[in-house]
Amino acid sequence: MKFTTPVLDYAILSPILIVLAGALIGVMIEAFVSKTRRPIVQLILTLGTLLIALVQVFRIRNTTSLSAAMGSVIFDGPAFLLQMTILIISIISIFLIADNENFTALAAALPGSIEEQEATSKGNQVTEVYPLTLFAVAGMLLFPIASDLITLFVALEMLSLPLYLMAGLSRRRRLMSQEAALKYFLLGAFSSAFFLFGAAYLYGYSGLVSFAGIRESIVGGTGNDVFLLIGIAFLSVGLLFKVGAVPFHAWSPDVYQGAPTAVTAFMAAATKVAAFGAMLRIYYTVFANAQWSWSPLLSVIAIITMLFGSFVAIAQRDVKRMLAYSSIAHAGFLITGVIALNKAGLSASIFYLFAYGIATVGAFAIVTLVRDSAGEVSDLNRWAGLGKRSPWVATIFAFFLLAFAGIPLTSGFIGKFSIFSAAYESGAKSVVIAGVLSSAIAAFFYIRVIVLMFFTDSHEDATTVVIPSVLTRITVIVSFVITVALGVYPAPLIDFINKFAIFIR
Amino acid sequence: MTLSLTLLMALPLLGAAVLSALPKTNALRAKQVALGTTLVSAAVTIGIAVQFQRDNIDLQFVESHQWIPSFGINYAVGLDGISLLLILMTAVLAPIVVLAGWNESQSGRWSTKTFYILILVLEMMAIGVLAATDVFLFYVFFEAMLVPVYFLIGGYGTGKRSAAAVKFLLYSLFGGLLMLASIIALYVLSGEQGGHTFDTQALSHLHMSSMTQNLLFLGFFIAFAIKAPLWPFHTWLPDAADAATPGTSVLLLGVLDKVGTFGMIRYCLTLFPNATKTFTPTIIVLAVISIIYGAFLAIGQKDIKRLIAFTSISHFGFITLGIFAMTSQGHSGATLYMFNHGFSTAALFLVAGWMSSRRGSSTIADFGGLQRVTPVMAWCFFFAGMSSLALPGLSSFVSEFLVLVGTFTRYPVAAVIATFGIVLAALYILIPVQRALHGPTTPGNENLSDLTLREKIAIAPVVAIILFLGFYPSPLLKVINPAATHVISQLGFSDPAPTQLGGK
Repeated sequence: MKFTTPVLDYAILSPILIVLAGALIGVMIEAFVSKTRRPIVQLILTLGTLLIALVQVFRIRNTTSLSAAMGSVIFDGPAFLLQMTILIISIISIFLIADNENFTALAAALPGSIEEQEATSKGNQVTEVYPLTLFAVAGMLLFPIASDLITLFVALEMLSLPLYLMAGLSRRRRLMSQEAALKYFLLGAFSSAFFLFGAAYLYGYSGLVSFAGIRESIVGGTGNDVFLLIGIAFLSVGLLFKVGAVPFHAWSPDVYQGAPTAVTAFMAAATKVAAFGAMLRIYYTVFANAQWSWSPLLSVIAIITMLFGSFVAIAQRDVKRMLAYSSIAHAGFLITGVIALNKAGLSASIFYLFAYGIATVGAFAIVTLVRDSAGEVSDLNRWAGLGKRSPWVATIFAFFLLAFAGIPLTSGFIGKFSIFSAAYESGAKSVVIAGVLSSAIAAFFYIRVIVLMFFTDSHEDATTVVIPSVLTRITVIVSFVITVALGVYPAPLIDFINKFAIFIR
Repeated sequence: MTLSLTLLMALPLLGAAVLSALPKTNALRAKQVALGTTLVSAAVTIGIAVQFQRDNIDLQFVESHQWIPSFGINYAVGLDGISLLLILMTAVLAPIVVLAGWNESQSGRWSTKTFYILILVLEMMAIGVLAATDVFLFYVFFEAMLVPVYFLIGGYGTGKRSAAAVKFLLYSLFGGLLMLASIIALYVLSGEQGGHTFDTQALSHLHMSSMTQNLLFLGFFIAFAIKAPLWPFHTWLPDAADAATPGTSVLLLGVLDKVGTFGMIRYCLTLFPNATKTFTPTIIVLAVISIIYGAFLAIGQKDIKRLIAFTSISHFGFITLGIFAMTSQGHSGATLYMFNHGFSTAALFLVAGWMSSRRGSSTIADFGGLQRVTPVMAWCFFFAGMSSLALPGLSSFVSEFLVLVGTFTRYPVAAVIATFGIVLAALYILIPVQRALHGPTTPGNENLSDLTLREKIAIAPVVAIILFLGFYPSPLLKVINPAATHVISQLGFSDPAPTQLGGK
């Protein structure tokens, strides 16, 4: 047997390689740099790595390749846009993650044990979170550019495993955090199994694992359609789990609530971009010619996801759970973009992912600021009167909520308009109507929070808003400015996205 | 400097920016800045009105810039007679509201400064929504406008203010989202028929099946009917008017609700002419129900603010009736009615606001004998009431008469029933006038103070406008008539020829 040397297109892989190298150096730093200097060194390293990766992605923006890394990676306009989005969101969230208040001092210690107290009093920090973040980012960068099922699965695990760990690192309410991590892991493993099962059937259908091969089999139409249907169904389950679509959403409220808020922010925003990026690629290229088989089902899922997320969010009493259900509803809106299956739908989805991701990070950053003596307060009742005590924080949070609700002059409105018009254009009218209705329902619970903050007098055990550290402040301000700018003058970004949003296949 | 709509919209925004830079403690300075800004805006608007060519039916003061080119969205504004009149009303009412409600921000949750920032932002958006000729831009203002009103009601109102604010917002958002669905459909249709656009003119030439047209019409119409408010979509209004400060109520009922009726003319009629014809009978019925229902409920009210709110529901019924009568008199009457209703409601709300802030109650039974204690205030209320019941010689008479005449030629039954609304109007105005102003002085009212100089200055222009237009409405009608005739003829209607009974 002859061994062929794999040909790798390093330029295209470079962003991922840079991030992975940064992560490995980060692990080394954990081993060799003294405890006191680790946080700052790690922060600079992580930030630097992400920035270099961002620059590198931007430099290769006009490159397209179907066969980088022996045909298992594809790079095109959407890939560039999605990687940019993931990196920008990661950079903004890193500032939040760097705020040391969020993480436990010693993840290995039992909650409430003496070791933990010692570690806390010494001012320990889990700086492992930085390399973990970078590993996750690397997985996310790979996920939307994978072009065979094996690479896709590896990327999925690569982005998930660090997140499972990070979810368990909360400083306060550690048991809840660990429970969240375990739940996330178990359900994630479960969905991976579904994913693999689907991948196996797709292999059975086409005899190939590469996207191009599966696509050709679908176009040719010679295979056994039963295998194809089972394959699409189970692969979709795996992907829908990652984006938190109903009925595969059960993990997300618990994980959002239990995980350290900084991690929740990163996870909610960046994972969604990666997962939807992969979904868009798969449905727009691989399964495009089998639209008859998945479009009706996905429409139903979109409708129930939007309506369920909006309705259940009304009943939430915890701000993080509320945001979790709101993110479920938004997953539904995004699936609408997948169903659209046209160029407008692709551009709209990417715009929506960017706008929503940024606003999400900003909103969670605000959540980390509202605290009492025992740490973050996510109980909504205790947010009452926040507008009186700290008008700026409350106003900015209200603005993010209005953006989620899709009120004009926020990025959310432009996103919603473009995604709905794309879906309408492709004939998915019922989905659009359900989307509009659920926006009306969703407005109710966003506004309820605004009422609480501004129009309700505070209780005695009122929370205080800590003065944000410089790091958190950067996160909040950057996401706020982007959300406003995209609401008032989105034309440049839309044009930019339109220029690149064409899948090659 | 040439006058332009952009300048007019920039002025309040500039004022708001100046306000936000002021220190929170200096409430007086905030009021002065707000008053100055609104006065300058009013002056600019009057300047625009003077330059407006009355006989020209094309849009004037047109500006158009690309906003989001890939969706075909433009920042496009322009004026016809109808929008000019409503913008004029808005800009004139704004300084009156600021002056009349000099102290009404004190009971608020936040500073005076924030109150006036919200008022100015609202003024800017109200002008924008009336001036927009791009449907998308219209929608942006239409929805964004809700946010300042919401905070004005919830933050500075009285009683169950936050509940009222939420009710207002949710009703309006719901309507707005239905409209958004229709706008998306229009956008997609325009894309299929030669390029994405939101230009009102271009959209009016779209080809649609009658089913599509009916559905899209309903999306727009329900949004406007909630805004206007038309029975049965009115239930948010009494609560909002009850909770809001008098000044906010004036802007809410006088200006913002007009966007509903304005939208019916500008969008429902011009974009969906066939659907308009289909739905006209239904809408006429709803309008008549609004007139009678609003009047009956007004008679039954014990609270003066709620009473005014219900009278407005009746008046909006008249406006809608005039619009959908599809005659040029009806249209002119409806447009003039919008303008006049702005001022007569302003008079009622402002005087009622002064009365209740002095008395500490807005229940009608708590007043009594005000004629003796506070003669000027009592006369102002009486005058405002007369204007509301459309006494001949006051401005609202002209418009109500035109609406009824215009309706009668096409829908005589509706016109006859609507005329009963006038009789009921006499009841709902005269009963509170009698209870509050006449009769023995109710204990607790003996020491109420009469209007201050500031309040007199604020109400004087309103009284003057109502009187002047009552005797001499033709300057406004000359602006309105060409636009109204244009709309009617575009729809393919012509005024029914007057028939002579027992003709020879």
